[in-house]
Amino acid sequence: MIKHDIVIIGAGLAGMRAALEACENHDVAIVTKIYPTRSHSGAAQGGVAAALANLAEDDSPDFHMFDTVKGSDFLGDQDAIEIMVNDAPHVIREMEHFGCVFSRDEKGRIAQRAFGGHSKPRSCYAADRTGHALLHSLYEQILKVSKKLTIYSEYYLRDLVINDFTCNGAIIQDIKTGKIEVLNSKAVLMATGGYGRAFQITSNAFACSGDGLIAAMNNGVPLMDMEFVQFHPTGLYGQGILVSEAARGEGGYLVNGKGERFMETYASKMMELAPRDIVSRSEQTEINEGRGIDGKDFVHLDMRHLGREKILEKLPQVRQLGIDFIGVDMIDAPIPIQPTAHYSMGGIPCDVHGQVIRDKDSSPVRGLFAAGECACVSVHGANRLGTNSLLEAVVFGKRAGASLNEFALNTNRVEISDENHALERTNKLTKELREMNGKESINVVRNEMKNSMTNDCGVYRNPEKMGRCLNKIKDLQKRFKDCSLGDKGSLFNTDFFEAIELKNMLDFSEIILVGAIERKESRGGHARTDYEKRDDVNWLKHTLATKSADGEIKLDYKPVSITKHQPEERKY
Amino acid sequence: MKTVVVTIDRFDQENQRGSYQQDFTIEIPNGLTVLDCLNKIKWEQDHTLTYRMSCRSAICGSCAFRINGKSKLGCKTQADDVITNGKLRIGPIGNTDIIKDLVVDLEPFWYKLKKVKPWLFANKPKDTTKEFYQSSEGYHKIEDASTCILCACCISECNSLKVDKNYVGPAALAKAQRFIDDSRDKNFVQRTREISEPTKVWDCTHCGECSERCPTDAKPLSRIEEIRERVVNAGVHNNGGARHLLSFFKSVGSSGTLDERKIPIESVGIGNLHANLGEIMPVGLKMLSHGKAPSMIHHNVDKVGEVRKIFKKLNKL
Repeated sequence: MIKHDIVIIGAGLAGMRAALEACENHDVAIVTKIYPTRSHSGAAQGGVAAALANLAEDDSPDFHMFDTVKGSDFLGDQDAIEIMVNDAPHVIREMEHFGCVFSRDEKGRIAQRAFGGHSKPRSCYAADRTGHALLHSLYEQILKVSKKLTIYSEYYLRDLVINDFTCNGAIIQDIKTGKIEVLNSKAVLMATGGYGRAFQITSNAFACSGDGLIAAMNNGVPLMDMEFVQFHPTGLYGQGILVSEAARGEGGYLVNGKGERFMETYASKMMELAPRDIVSRSEQTEINEGRGIDGKDFVHLDMRHLGREKILEKLPQVRQLGIDFIGVDMIDAPIPIQPTAHYSMGGIPCDVHGQVIRDKDSSPVRGLFAAGECACVSVHGANRLGTNSLLEAVVFGKRAGASLNEFALNTNRVEISDENHALERTNKLTKELREMNGKESINVVRNEMKNSMTNDCGVYRNPEKMGRCLNKIKDLQKRFKDCSLGDKGSLFNTDFFEAIELKNMLDFSEIILVGAIERKESRGGHARTDYEKRDDVNWLKHTLATKSADGEIKLDYKPVSITKHQPEERKY
Repeated sequence: MKTVVVTIDRFDQENQRGSYQQDFTIEIPNGLTVLDCLNKIKWEQDHTLTYRMSCRSAICGSCAFRINGKSKLGCKTQADDVITNGKLRIGPIGNTDIIKDLVVDLEPFWYKLKKVKPWLFANKPKDTTKEFYQSSEGYHKIEDASTCILCACCISECNSLKVDKNYVGPAALAKAQRFIDDSRDKNFVQRTREISEPTKVWDCTHCGECSERCPTDAKPLSRIEEIRERVVNAGVHNNGGARHLLSFFKSVGSSGTLDERKIPIESVGIGNLHANLGEIMPVGLKMLSHGKAPSMIHHNVDKVGEVRKIFKKLNKL
């Protein structure tokens, strides 16, 4: 058993920002299944929102708040959103002080640009690799204080140690050697990222398999609003690799098979810069009604009118992605794109301090905190605005770090008295996986899950498709047990960890579906063809899904915090 | 669809197989990346095949492999571009210890990164009501280095690293340039001194493999050249590298060619000659015995006046 004051699972923006905040007074450990700079925060491209008012002098956190509330389709908790937008200018300038390499305006300030759903140009950016710039500067800060930290790179989270809703450790496994370690700590922060990898067309990294969510859920923690998955309008056709919204922020057009800028029909004012839920739905409607390019399942993102110079200065990385992955140079030709699973609005429920809660009355799970994409505060509600994800990660990462610091100062470590008990679930699963010797293939099960989720639980949902998909997932969960593990070794056995990831993905897919089937309305990322309207009377509430000991998913609901802005119809 | 034979350089210590090569035959459609090919092999033929991957969009830096002998990102490389006569070879990157198959030990890589102190020493007190100002020009000075994704492609074929494991390597130096040239950093003087120490900026041999392999705009060799310019201009001359460069400059500037009698002596430094005699003498004697010693008399080139004119102009710049 290894002892630390604080254990942070995940080394993306939220995890590292929290570590930086908490390591001054405490012995902090960061656990990541990859290396910190490989974290998926680095893939965010277009920017991070903050009302710095560098470009639009009349911008303010109030406008930012309203845009975020409206963008969330009024499911975002307004108390949390208010904190985020007010903290935003400070945490972003702080990141700049940490050395983050931001693009600059003509006055030498942080450059800003327009982004979907924001009424003012407030996306602070580093060309089109903003996440990468932020992630690397945080990593640099972590290196600076590395004597105060232990980084467990390439260690996999296997379980949490939670008894009577008190968390005092985590079970991790060294990927390199296969050795399982028990970490005993005063507190644990979950900063494990999103759950977009269950879809065939996705912008997410292989790592985004929801491990943290399932570890929490297996210990009785509910998951909140899991049915809300954001489909980004511009995924590279065929793979879903992200083409930044910055492309549209800089003036790119979306064009259908008839050569029309079709957003005119759906959001005549904001056009291509409407929020992502609306643009993705519009795109999917065009495709479904036969107006894709040559009638196929994609439309075009046309950047040609911006000219070579602007593209090279503002969008060098996405231009290169187009060239490398589909052989199209956006300077000369339009890019084929389609909606791609992108962001997870749902996750581990927590309050504005990062404290994880376990029911609609916000009862805490002592010692357990969450921040970043794996958390559901909820600042994004049913639909996140572009550039608010990096912001959430740094704002709430920092806040969670402060909470961890405070908590650890006032708490004694509770010893893990029964190590065998803490390891029970991990050892059982390890044994099962190692002995798996059935006739099914992990690859086939995974492909069927991904196709099913993209086809039947995508941009538009209906009861038939979702029901079929849920049955499929349940069937795949059974078939998973009849798979075989090809690599029986102990050293760097990625086959073994991919199997656990698949199991996790099947488990959260089930929760996405159960929540989605039950939610009989269309709101943000959850669009149903049988209930096309938002229903504030019955559904202005957060879903809380819990898994009982016998595997049954139970749903409960939690009210939305509404402070300043009453729900209204969204027009863009 | 086409048939490809993928040869993989594998390594397995757990079952005492050591290093070995294995051929896999796969059928692939157009548009697959090298990483897709590996996944196809792992998921459909041999689950024990092991490699790192994550973002598959060329930003996380996990999947650096030697593809046909040259380090590249697997996810960024189209299979069609590297398959020749239906064949493709994939191995682990070089200058590293192998853990399993294509997975190499990156701990020395991360450790060396830390040696250049890659964090900003801010030159103003923190006041979060405003950012540090940086001109667009200042931003562009550090932009290229900031695109580095720490994939380690650059160390794979590095010639200096091959002969000296302690050399910090191209990625760490690119990172160093990013801070030396950051207008917000206040440690410029200390950084120029530290980066001139042995195992750092002067240990690069200019082979250019790093920039050749770099999948981003970071291009370490260019960054190394920028650092050298900075440290020489900053007057950090008390090291072999700077002295060597200045001696070159002086020799060509005055005679139009290299005075090979003086360069070794000036590189070591006249004042250090005594202490380093033991190092220089055997090389000198060896050169003598092989008939490779420079001529005792150094001649200027024919139109040395022209050369001097050029240097005069250069000095004015």
